[in-house]
Amino acid sequence: MGFNGTSPLLDQRGELRPEDFGAIRELSMNPIGDRIISAFFSPGKETVDFASFVRILAHFHPTETSRSRDGVQPEPANSRTRKLKFAFQLYDQDRDGKISREELLQVLRTMLEMQVTEEQLQSIAERAIQEADLDQDDAISFDEFRKSLEKVDIDHKMSIRFLS
Amino acid sequence: MAATWQYALCICMLLMESRGSDAGNNSSQGATTLAVVSWRWEHVSTPYLVALWVLVSWLCKFGEVITGISIVTFKWNHVKTPYLVALWILVAVLAKLVIESFPSVTNVIPESALLICFGWILGGIIWAADLQQTFSLTPTVFFYFLLPQIILDAGYSMPNKLFFTNLGGILLYAILGTVWCAATLGLSLWGCQAGGAMGALDIGLLQYLLFGSLIAAVDPVAVLAVFEQVHVNEVLFIMVFGESLLNDGVTVVLFNVFDAFVKLGGPRINAVEIIKGIISFFVVAFGGSLVGLAFGLLVSLLSKYTKNIQIIEPGFIFVLGYLSYLTADMLSLSAILSVTFCGVSCQKYLNSNMAESSVNTVRYVMKVFANGSETIIFVFLGISAIDKTIWVWNTGFVLLTLFFTLVYRFIGTFIQTWWLNQYRLVPIAFIDQLIMSYGGLRGAVAYGLATMLDDQRIKEKKLMIGTTLIVVYFTVILQGVTMKPFVTWLKVKRAAVAEVTLIEKVQNKVFEHSLVAIEDISGQIGDNYLRGKWKIFEEKWMSRFLLTSEARKKQDYIFNVFHQLNLKDAVDYVDEGERRGSLEFVRNESAFINFKKKLGDEFSEVLPDIMYLEVENQVFCSCCRRDPVSSVSLQMHEKTMQGTRETEDIDAHHLLQQHLYKGRKQHLHRYSRNHLDINTDDNEVQEIFQRTMRNRLESFKSAKMGLAPAKTITKHTKKDQQQKMPNGKSTDTSKNYYANNEGFELSEGDNASGSEASGGSFPFRVNYKAGAGIENPTFMPDPDPMAPMQIPPWQAEDEPDGSTVSPSQRAQVRLPWTPTNLRRLAPLRISTQSTDSFAQADTPASQEKDKKWPPPPPPPSDK
Repeated sequence: MGFNGTSPLLDQRGELRPEDFGAIRELSMNPIGDRIISAFFSPGKETVDFASFVRILAHFHPTETSRSRDGVQPEPANSRTRKLKFAFQLYDQDRDGKISREELLQVLRTMLEMQVTEEQLQSIAERAIQEADLDQDDAISFDEFRKSLEKVDIDHKMSIRFLS
Repeated sequence: MAATWQYALCICMLLMESRGSDAGNNSSQGATTLAVVSWRWEHVSTPYLVALWVLVSWLCKFGEVITGISIVTFKWNHVKTPYLVALWILVAVLAKLVIESFPSVTNVIPESALLICFGWILGGIIWAADLQQTFSLTPTVFFYFLLPQIILDAGYSMPNKLFFTNLGGILLYAILGTVWCAATLGLSLWGCQAGGAMGALDIGLLQYLLFGSLIAAVDPVAVLAVFEQVHVNEVLFIMVFGESLLNDGVTVVLFNVFDAFVKLGGPRINAVEIIKGIISFFVVAFGGSLVGLAFGLLVSLLSKYTKNIQIIEPGFIFVLGYLSYLTADMLSLSAILSVTFCGVSCQKYLNSNMAESSVNTVRYVMKVFANGSETIIFVFLGISAIDKTIWVWNTGFVLLTLFFTLVYRFIGTFIQTWWLNQYRLVPIAFIDQLIMSYGGLRGAVAYGLATMLDDQRIKEKKLMIGTTLIVVYFTVILQGVTMKPFVTWLKVKRAAVAEVTLIEKVQNKVFEHSLVAIEDISGQIGDNYLRGKWKIFEEKWMSRFLLTSEARKKQDYIFNVFHQLNLKDAVDYVDEGERRGSLEFVRNESAFINFKKKLGDEFSEVLPDIMYLEVENQVFCSCCRRDPVSSVSLQMHEKTMQGTRETEDIDAHHLLQQHLYKGRKQHLHRYSRNHLDINTDDNEVQEIFQRTMRNRLESFKSAKMGLAPAKTITKHTKKDQQQKMPNGKSTDTSKNYYANNEGFELSEGDNASGSEASGGSFPFRVNYKAGAGIENPTFMPDPDPMAPMQIPPWQAEDEPDGSTVSPSQRAQVRLPWTPTNLRRLAPLRISTQSTDSFAQADTPASQEKDKKWPPPPPPPSDK
């Protein structure tokens, strides 16, 4: 694991609270900052310890091509599927395994600027859902999500070179 | 083949005309040997000339009688230079035309190589006529008139995001790689000379380094052509593209530095001078880039205020781009880098500030210029070779240069990539490195620099020019030809040619944001952190100063993609409609599913949802349904509910203008220097004929099946589109007739199921109903006054007037289909209901149809 704990957040408690994340000024300017923050906390928990903190960050570790595949090992956190799963959960706030139109709209609303009107937002959401929605249930399941992003180089787009 | 010979002959003659009588004699002798065209000038020359003289003298006399000046005089010398320039351009472009008409050849041999070969032939002809080479590429012409537009185009069409993401690597290759190539080549050649491999040459170390620096310029043209053909992956593409672009600039700078050293002379160079040289290298390179940035921002700022002079709006970028080139050159900074960065920095703002037509104009004109001068350059590169005076052969020098350029390119690329890969998230693959090394073709910049050498100080200038030409030919032709098989054989990773999807773009945005967030959380300053900062800065400052307020609104990335997709759909829609002869199908086939689904979901829901449906439809429809030309530039964000209310009047007006038949006399072609109007004149006769035919059909159908005529709106739209189609497809009446018939039946089937699905009562129905039949004649363009004239007599006779006209009337009026419109018109309708019995009869049916209107065009993947 390349991450060596240089985070400025980790304090003496050894645990982090949402407020600690909120203290990062840049993060508050990030449209999906609070979603990222909440991704660090498993449901119902108020704190995150170092191990799980790193585990979340591990999603962003670049995939190593030379990884030995012994099969016994559980899928690493930085595999394509896990990366996608992480991204998926950024949308799926109610964790029902589906991105509903409303959930997509929320994300779009935060990411698009004010100038775009609500109607346009809705048609964008509508269109996006239509593109991905294969079983016509007006929501995007994880499988559909993965299929729609099949051509995207996830490894490229969701990896960071951590200091190593 | 005959065509090319004719061209060549033609050109030959014209050129000889300029040469004077000697050459003329030559050609006439040469031409007599051709059996096919016997040229018997000698036979007729005397009477011919006499006749001509008589004619001319008469004309002159005629002139004298009236004004005292001769009317016809031959002023070749007045027009000689521009005439020759124009001729050259024509020749080069014709050459390209001929070459491109053999795609099987250009698939194997890159165009640039063919152009060089063409240049050889042309050079041979000129040489045969003149026995000397009168035309060659002079540095002035090359650097001031041919190169700038190529570089500007490259900078302007640079994929910015990709470029800046890989900027580190590109700069490394461009700067370090170039210096490496120049230094190693110069040193090795010098070493070889010292070792006695090349005989006695009067070249010192500095001169060798100078030569090395000029030969290090990598030319992107041939490589990029191949890359575009095979769609290599984007990282490889941008690396080669960016490198070769910046590399040109760096080479020129390096050349100037070494040139200064050579001027200074060997003994006087000490450490201080060398350091000064290095500093000047960086000052020149970065200074040039800064000048370019300044000009780029200036263009962007200007484009903010050019709304009222749309017709010359596209010109600014060319003028200011050229000025940035000249300014940088004046300040002895790097002109190439300047114009590169001018293009790179202004493209985003220009594209959002200018009107869509201007954006396209810029794009095309840019390509025309760049492509044209590229062609001329390659032809000239070929012509330059046919000149006895430049060829001083030295086998050792030539071969060693070739060998070293190739080998050091490989070595340099591998070393740099290895270093780069230590820091790259996605390392550059070995195969990509091979291709990058092999793509190091040398081009016109090297030759241009070589001709700039000072033959006072460099005794072997001719040898250097000759060698440069050989290297250019070798790399462009040989490597160019083998490049494609090489790429295919090595299985270089190709770019995924995928359809753009909105969800993908949205997701990319999410990825970006989350990467920034994660870098923030983990507290490290990486690329994403910097990118995030830059974005914020740009949004806060750059956009505010450089973008117009409307452009700023539209600027959002996702929304842009959405807009683009919609436009694409609209175009597809029309294309498909044209192909099938009717636009009816889109609504019926693909969109119906969506509608039904939605209907099922939201059937029981309350009014706002239906309103939403409408709004959405409106957004989509406004794109595809209304008059196609204006809808392309339709600003969708303005079409909010409030906006509609205000534009409603305009809509009605617009509608009237669009669909009223106009008297012939109005269709005068207008000329205006300031406005570019699309001529709305059209073959109305045909339209009216078709329309009446359709009406006949519809009334027939409705009479027979008891059904109302189907939506004819789209057909109208289609026709409008057809009329404006640039290629003016002929509207085959009978074919259309049947196609319409087909479309008609299709829609009927759907109507039936549609009405089943919506069987229950709609809370919103009243509104719909109101909207469904806007039959108020005052809101209707009335085709009647003109129609009878064009209706074939047989039809005019046996059709009652009302039934011929009313369906299409109703259809027309529905075009600007907006909710507000409907509501406003509701009371009017009631009043007309009683009078228009025909319309009343089919109201229920048309009302059903209206409800299923315009579902959003489905994503392409659905089909």
